[in-house]
Amino acid sequence: MLTKRVIPCLDVDAGRVVKGVRFQNLRDAGDPAELAAQYERQGADEIVLLDVSATNEGRRARRDVVAKVREAIAIPLTVGGGIRDVESAREVLEAGADKVSVNTAAVEFPEMLREMHDHFGAQCVVLALDAARVDGGWEVMTHSGTKRTGLRAAEWAKQAEELGAGEILLTSWDRDGTRSGYDLDLISNVRAQVRLPIIASGGAAGPEHMIEAYRAGADAVLAASIFHDGDYSVEDIKRAMQSSGLEVRL
Amino acid sequence: MIEVGVVRTGTANLASVLAALRRIGCACSVVERPDDLVKSRVVVLPGVGAFGQAMEGMRERGLVDALRLHFSEGKPALAICLGMQVLFESSEESPGVVGMGLLPGSVVRIDSAILPQIGWNRIDATGCAFQKSGHAYFANTFAVPHGEFGDWKVSQFEYGRSYVAGIERGAQLACQFHPELSGQLGLDMLTCWMAEARSC
Repeated sequence: MLTKRVIPCLDVDAGRVVKGVRFQNLRDAGDPAELAAQYERQGADEIVLLDVSATNEGRRARRDVVAKVREAIAIPLTVGGGIRDVESAREVLEAGADKVSVNTAAVEFPEMLREMHDHFGAQCVVLALDAARVDGGWEVMTHSGTKRTGLRAAEWAKQAEELGAGEILLTSWDRDGTRSGYDLDLISNVRAQVRLPIIASGGAAGPEHMIEAYRAGADAVLAASIFHDGDYSVEDIKRAMQSSGLEVRL
Repeated sequence: MIEVGVVRTGTANLASVLAALRRIGCACSVVERPDDLVKSRVVVLPGVGAFGQAMEGMRERGLVDALRLHFSEGKPALAICLGMQVLFESSEESPGVVGMGLLPGSVVRIDSAILPQIGWNRIDATGCAFQKSGHAYFANTFAVPHGEFGDWKVSQFEYGRSYVAGIERGAQLACQFHPELSGQLGLDMLTCWMAEARSC
């Protein structure tokens, strides 16, 4: 049976892991490769590395960070942030990523998902979907949550699946960094529309939130600050999940 | 002579395969052409993407015959994910495309509600030499139904139904999962396989 995944997220700015609330007020949280290795030892199922600094600057810096993290771990690595096209995806894949996540560029140019699917396979293409609550549903946000698109979250997820995405990293913009729990309605809303695995993101404060997210239909959960701050280790979370009857890798 | 030749079958994931092999102390080179492949004592065939595209890409670069020869002579080899699938006869992913046919049977679409299968699944490797039971990382929509494969030893995983997780014989190992991404368990399997590959 496929286990439920727990994925620490490293938001990286200028080569350092940072943390903030709603993508703002970034504070230093450590070295990416050291943290990634530490989380692997704790039982992390995967590492997500999001380059929050820039869509345009520091490509070389990003490649170096990806290569260092790759050397430090023997679990899957997903890299996002500033992936504009097949060529920039190829750069991070050659540096050591196993999957790439795309957000803004996919909204602006949906065919990019099909191109990435054709070049690298669906298992390599993660759609990062940032959603904000609006009247009667959720709207897709881009540019690190600063720009509204008018797209409905579940509809965009469905379209991305048809175009060739292999996984959805679903972030609640309202909950991100707030520690008030995942947006469960958002998860079940998107779950009802797609067959793709869903990684829930935004709002985790502890294992109970993760367990709720799985019950709402998530296949994996992502969190950052609770791990960086040392509130819980990945193993703590997994033990709690196991006690509640979920299958995990320990 | 190349000690370990890792075949470039596309872009994705090659760096992870190289990182894992280096971590277990393996000196490896990326090979792109058939003349480099025939010089490789040990061949590693990674692979991501689609069955048809992979076969076409390898055929265009003249790699299919060299790979077929290497595998059929029983020389040390490791095939991963799509690299394993192309060893079979065909795949539902790319109807009409002929695989390498080194192993009998066809690759089918996995019968499960959530696809692709992405994550860690338990494999049962009872009776296998290189593979060990435990959780391994998978990323696939297609797989080979579990069955008998002559003198090959087979491990299995469950996802809706029972499928081949890995298949091994002599110094050859083919895995549907990614040993290079399966943490310590994967590194242990690679170490075990490499010890056999070195000794023959």
